[in-house]
Amino acid sequence: MNTVVVAQLQRQFQEYLVSLYQQGFLDNQFTELRKLQDEGTPDFVAEVVSLFFDDCSKLINSMSRSLGRPESVDFKQVDSGVHQLKGSSSSVGARRVKNVCISFKECCDVQNREGCLRCLQQVDYEYKMLKTKLEDLFNLEQQILQAGGTIPQININ
Amino acid sequence: MVCEMETDQIEEMDVEGLSSMWPEDVGTQADNQFNVGDSDTLKEVDIAEKHTMADLTRLPELMNTTDQGSSQLTNLVRQWEYMQDHAVRLLREELKILTRQREEAEAKELKIIEEHNFESQEPENVPVLDETSHLFRRFRQKKRDELVDRERVVIDEEFDTVAYWKQKALSLEKMLEASTERERRLIEKLNESLKTMESHSAPVEELTQNLKRAEGFLHFILQNAPIVMGHQDKDLRYLFIYNKFPSLREQDILGKTDVEIFHGGGVKESEDFKREVLEKGKASKREITFETELFGSKTFLIYVEPVYNKAKEKIGINYMGMEVTDQVRKREKMAKLREDNAVRKAMESELTKTIHITEETMRAKQMLATMSHEIRSPLSGVVGMAEILSTTKLDKEQRQLLNVMISSGDLVLQLINDILDLSKVESGVMKLEATKFRPREVVKHVLQTAAASLKKDLTLEGNIADEVPILVVGDVLRIRQILTNLISNAIKFTHRGKVGIKLQVISQPSFANEEQKETSVWICCDVYDTGIGIPENALPCLFKKYMQASADHARKYGGTGLGLAICKQLVELMGGQLTVTSQVNAGSTFTFILPYKVATSDDHSDDQDEFSDMVDHHQPEPDDTTEGYFQFKPLLGSIYSNGGSVTGNNFLPHKAMLTTPLKLTNGFVSDPSSNTGQSETVQVENGGYMDESRQNCCPESAHQYGNGNGRCSSKESESCSSSQASSEMESELTVSSPREEEKTETEVKETSQPKILLVEDNKINIMVAKSMMKQLGYTMDIANNGVEAINAVKDSSYDLVLMDVCMPVMDGLKATRLIRSYEESGNWEAAIEAGVDIKTSENDQACVPPTNRLPIVAMTANTLAESSEECYANGMDSFISKPVTLQKLKQCLQQYLQ
Repeated sequence: MNTVVVAQLQRQFQEYLVSLYQQGFLDNQFTELRKLQDEGTPDFVAEVVSLFFDDCSKLINSMSRSLGRPESVDFKQVDSGVHQLKGSSSSVGARRVKNVCISFKECCDVQNREGCLRCLQQVDYEYKMLKTKLEDLFNLEQQILQAGGTIPQININ
Repeated sequence: MVCEMETDQIEEMDVEGLSSMWPEDVGTQADNQFNVGDSDTLKEVDIAEKHTMADLTRLPELMNTTDQGSSQLTNLVRQWEYMQDHAVRLLREELKILTRQREEAEAKELKIIEEHNFESQEPENVPVLDETSHLFRRFRQKKRDELVDRERVVIDEEFDTVAYWKQKALSLEKMLEASTERERRLIEKLNESLKTMESHSAPVEELTQNLKRAEGFLHFILQNAPIVMGHQDKDLRYLFIYNKFPSLREQDILGKTDVEIFHGGGVKESEDFKREVLEKGKASKREITFETELFGSKTFLIYVEPVYNKAKEKIGINYMGMEVTDQVRKREKMAKLREDNAVRKAMESELTKTIHITEETMRAKQMLATMSHEIRSPLSGVVGMAEILSTTKLDKEQRQLLNVMISSGDLVLQLINDILDLSKVESGVMKLEATKFRPREVVKHVLQTAAASLKKDLTLEGNIADEVPILVVGDVLRIRQILTNLISNAIKFTHRGKVGIKLQVISQPSFANEEQKETSVWICCDVYDTGIGIPENALPCLFKKYMQASADHARKYGGTGLGLAICKQLVELMGGQLTVTSQVNAGSTFTFILPYKVATSDDHSDDQDEFSDMVDHHQPEPDDTTEGYFQFKPLLGSIYSNGGSVTGNNFLPHKAMLTTPLKLTNGFVSDPSSNTGQSETVQVENGGYMDESRQNCCPESAHQYGNGNGRCSSKESESCSSSQASSEMESELTVSSPREEEKTETEVKETSQPKILLVEDNKINIMVAKSMMKQLGYTMDIANNGVEAINAVKDSSYDLVLMDVCMPVMDGLKATRLIRSYEESGNWEAAIEAGVDIKTSENDQACVPPTNRLPIVAMTANTLAESSEECYANGMDSFISKPVTLQKLKQCLQQYLQ
């Protein structure tokens, strides 16, 4: 085990994670998630997050279908999708996604199709962005583990 | 003006002997760009008035007596003389030329006359200047007459050569006439010149004109200059003053000194300065600020030079002042700005330094907190394991060793908790919460807890004045922490007698700030004891961190020395004051005064959960709300005598005591109403080794350990040694080592693992919640919507339902309403009416009404008041705001799974 490499990776990991918090991609709920991960469930966070992204993709597809029909938008269906998305993103600490969901829901409540479409685009963008970022983060984690190091405990505050 | 002239004069005199004080040519007629002396130019310039005041009699005198004055006059005279000399020289030259011409002409004439044998009776030389013009003319007339006569004679002569001669004579005569005519004109001119010379004979006029020009020049230059000039004699009396803005009349100034004229600041200074110059004989400048009634505050730049007479004796000073108030003000402003700048810069750097230090400190504290936290988790594991170990069969020595181990562990835990608290308060992280609580109950509970672990023959008493409100608002957890700390402290240092708490309402103290003045009530709390007391010299450092009254005490009594420091900080954080009075060997009294808002007690319905940790709202104890006096006495001899060997179910001595209030007559004297209701789930986390004793646990103990704040609960029992660890463990168990969790889990499974139902439609939320539950040592069933939830509730009995509000098919509110309706009516008709497909096939119990109300906790993303009200209105017991965190879940479980 190369301690220098590990230390470097660990620092990189830490900086990356902190930057994700600072840039508002993540909030404390993600910290909660990380707390739940232990020896018994080493991939807990990754599992939850990938579930979340799958969910996002499905929901966004269905919502975009609903919103795609200009005459008869089923706002109830969209609303339910947004609600789901909001709950999920809040649960995993995907802060930006959640924030977009909040305005999305407002648009939905007043049946503003244009706004909804805009929010949908934003949500799509944000979740994909987060996905890339988290993939990078997990890659870093894997690298640390492969180099024989441990994932550092990081106190974000 | 004079002074000015003289000044320049002196300077220039050294350079050249004959110079003017004016710019060159000013005094002459020559045309020059510097010709300021041109009278036309000066006439155009408006010289409004003469500001000069001069003692006219004295001025000439002055001019005559002083060196400067005389040299000035000399100079003027010399200049005039020079000019006159020049004029004379020019005239003489002209005269010489004329004379020569005349001589030539006469020589010519003579020659002609001689040539023609004319006899001439004219004198050889007529000296022009020696004869009067009259004479000259007469002579010329005569001469001409003669010539004419003679010519006529010549013409008359008829001769061969007559015509020729005649002609010649005529031309000659013409030439002569022309010559004579020229001569005459020259003479006239000479005469005129002479006349002019005569008229210019006096130099005064010229001088006066020069002076006038000089004056004009000075006026031109000085008419708007903010300058005061003057001359003062040896006694500093003004002889002359020029002032652009005269505010005094001539007679007010002349012949007087500064001191006589002005009053106020600066006058004396200027006078002294002038005198100094006079004495030293050396010109110098100084800035003096005057503060006089006459012209207010003004700063003058003053130039003073001594004046000598011809005998080189000092006769006075010349003085020139220019007002520079604005400039000085600007300069001072600049200086001040510069100074301010420097100060600001210094402050900035200081601030940066402070910030840096603060940041460092905060970081250090943060690290301390983190470290403490990191230490606490494994340590609580160690202590917990030791506790469990103590329940096994051990020989006496092993038990002794184990007891030491546990108590040491407890001490370290306590220390860490204290450090955590302290660093929280100091770093401002500690947030105060406003909750409604009943002071009487708090006091009672604190005393009860203390009594439970009491190993001394002490009486614990609580005394609450009648006027203390039943319900107040404050941060009850912190207040309990303070009380517990003070009480355990008091017990520690008291060996006989009593320890007590006294609560009374006092008037607003002097240290109250504006904000606090709105507070409805100030309660003063005394924690008194009859202990060893504190020597006066130890009082000052009593509240300091890590300090104890003396090193001896520290050894004898142990403790971290942080307790009082925390109390003080907490009290101050809440806007109160903590003080102490003490008498050695008689006891100490710690008093803290805190502001509270009075809560109205009639709005029970919707705030029950806020103080449900204080009051068991399922079975309220009426005594607690109004009773003002409690007393607790220890149970000496019954348990503690053999405390070390207690094993098995009774390994927790204080629990044992708490479980028997009704059986022991000298137990909780004031608490006859304690009963066994609502206690079956207490200490569930402790697993198997508690399952028997918990059946009898009184509600107070249930609150004690279920109030959702692990640290506080551990604190309250900090004075117990080995027994404390169980509660410590309870609160720490969830974050301790996995090994212990596994053990707990297996143990829990063996006994009555509480059944929890999670109703949630979001997969991710389910996944997260499940994982959290697992970490907390629970498993749970899942329902995906309201309908599934109802079916699940119907089929098995749950201890707790966590219900999402917003769900497809049927939302949480409706599901809860239906479940409540079932609890009331004993049947699911309402649900069936609502369209729920109730499978009543094999389960007969469905028709039997449940005995207990099922706790249903809402999980909602909206924490808005109306939403929570909606939850309550639909029969929910409480709610957790989303996203669910481990801490929230833990609190919730602790609250409902007792």
